[in-house]
Amino acid sequence: MFLQTKGLTKQFGGLVAVNKVDFTVEKGKINAIIGPNGAGKTTFFNLISGFHPPSAGQVIFKGRDITHLPPDQIARLGIARTFQTTHLFEQSTVLDNVIVGHRLRTSSTLWDAIFRTARHQREEKQCRDKALDVLDFVGLTDAADRLVAGLTQEAKKRAAFALALATDPEVVFLDEPAAGVNPDETDGLAELIRKMVERGVTVCLIEHKMQMIMNLADKIMVLNFGEKIAEGTPHEIMNNEDVIRAYLGGNAIA
Amino acid sequence: MSVLLNRRTVVTGLILFAVLFPFVTRNDYVIHIMTLSFIWMIGVYGLNLLAGYTGYLSLAHAGFFAVGAYSLGLLTVEAGVNFWLALILACLFTGILGFLIGMIALRTREHFFAIYTLCVGYIIYLVIYKWDGLTGGVRGLIGIPAPSNIGPISFTSSISQYFLVLFFLLLTIFFIYRIVHSLTGRTFMAIRNSEDLALTLGISTMKNKLVSFVLSTIFAGLAGALYAGFVRFIGPDIGYITITFDLLIYLLIGGIGTMSGPIVGTLLIVWLSQYLQFLQDYRMLVFGPLLAFLIIFYPWGIVGIFQQWKQKRQARKARSIHQEENRKDEVELDAGVSADQEQVREG
Repeated sequence: MFLQTKGLTKQFGGLVAVNKVDFTVEKGKINAIIGPNGAGKTTFFNLISGFHPPSAGQVIFKGRDITHLPPDQIARLGIARTFQTTHLFEQSTVLDNVIVGHRLRTSSTLWDAIFRTARHQREEKQCRDKALDVLDFVGLTDAADRLVAGLTQEAKKRAAFALALATDPEVVFLDEPAAGVNPDETDGLAELIRKMVERGVTVCLIEHKMQMIMNLADKIMVLNFGEKIAEGTPHEIMNNEDVIRAYLGGNAIA
Repeated sequence: MSVLLNRRTVVTGLILFAVLFPFVTRNDYVIHIMTLSFIWMIGVYGLNLLAGYTGYLSLAHAGFFAVGAYSLGLLTVEAGVNFWLALILACLFTGILGFLIGMIALRTREHFFAIYTLCVGYIIYLVIYKWDGLTGGVRGLIGIPAPSNIGPISFTSSISQYFLVLFFLLLTIFFIYRIVHSLTGRTFMAIRNSEDLALTLGISTMKNKLVSFVLSTIFAGLAGALYAGFVRFIGPDIGYITITFDLLIYLLIGGIGTMSGPIVGTLLIVWLSQYLQFLQDYRMLVFGPLLAFLIIFYPWGIVGIFQQWKQKRQARKARSIHQEENRKDEVELDAGVSADQEQVREG
């Protein structure tokens, strides 16, 4: 089992945002979570990445219970994520934004910073090389020295991917990677997500663009009102009556 | 122009200017004001590390300034400790207090953090003001000794005090520069940019914020201790909120989150208020609108204006080089172009 949730539940007061969700992320695959707005998809991500403590249930990563670890320690274990809005620093260059992504794999302290020790020099170069490497991977080498503010939405998404990849993750959770991006560029991002999996990074994503998901995902889970209503291959999901009802409302015609 | 703007040249020039300054003016009053502004700068740099680079606006810094000043004052006057040892202990004590307060304060964010630290600053002021037995209360602390001699060097003249403070200012700038331009600095800036993103990048935000906060208070404490040794008399007023806002105004006008902002802002405001002294408290009628104008139009202060201008110039240059290259390509393609025509273009 790579990454698994068991009965994961989150309550905000009386509202059950995520209700007893059992889910497995399969290693080396593209896993997707879909569902109508407010279905609890992002909350589900927040539970896995440690931003919210779950009300009940467990998150298990490679046999280890990570349910109550803080987000930074979860990141160190090799679980990266992106946000719906990229959260990049607009007034800084792409490279400067991405360099800090590899910081968690370094151990330089304040002492190293002030006295410019050999370790600091080495680790600074390591972070820079890593940043250039991931920028090359996402196809942003030419934009490395440009300010993030001057990038297209699609390039910002790529930069956010690069930042997540700079942490040397085993699995990346992408929260709506193609939101606000035009159809042509969406194909480019889908291509990049496939490339990430080829590189050995497992992907789990939330997306609203159905066509993209159906072409891309190996496995899909559907959430509705915080509950898992279906799980399976794209083909199974497309023909699942519960899913059709959740999306179209009322009775299934298909 | 580009040689003149080279960073190394500017820094060397500024240091040279600062070293020669007292010999040029030879005016004790001017040297006194300059020394004081250097002391403020150290405090502003501390505030800048936290508010400018880590994104946590602390309003307790006058409090920490006063803690540094009173620690040095009490250690030298009441306990008879040597000035230099007292200076180190004062910084240490301020840092420890900063650590304890930071542990709690840093659990809040943004304006809650500002409000919390505002209260902390005011409580520190009240403790100093009311704890008559220890601090002398409203009467203040008199007879703080000047820095004791180091070998043949004494610190009684205004020029020697000036150089002592300048030394600590340069040391502060050196430290801050190294921190900002390091992985630690990048970590701080990642927290300023987005704490949630920093967390997902595996950065322990609490630990890093605490490091930044403690360092920041130590610089405030150092500034306070130097102030006590320089002015030789301290009262509870140095811990009052207005001092925090003075530091903040210097930082905002100079440029928050910039390396040279604290110098520019402090010098400008300190000297401007000297020239506007005839206006007394109405000076604020000048500073208020100036501050409002800068925050609305240039949130990165005067240094920010300069940086924007430099960025635009670079972008324009990059564009014109690009165009030049395109033009050359055209020329190469066009075999019929004669040599002198090309010269005209390049000229």
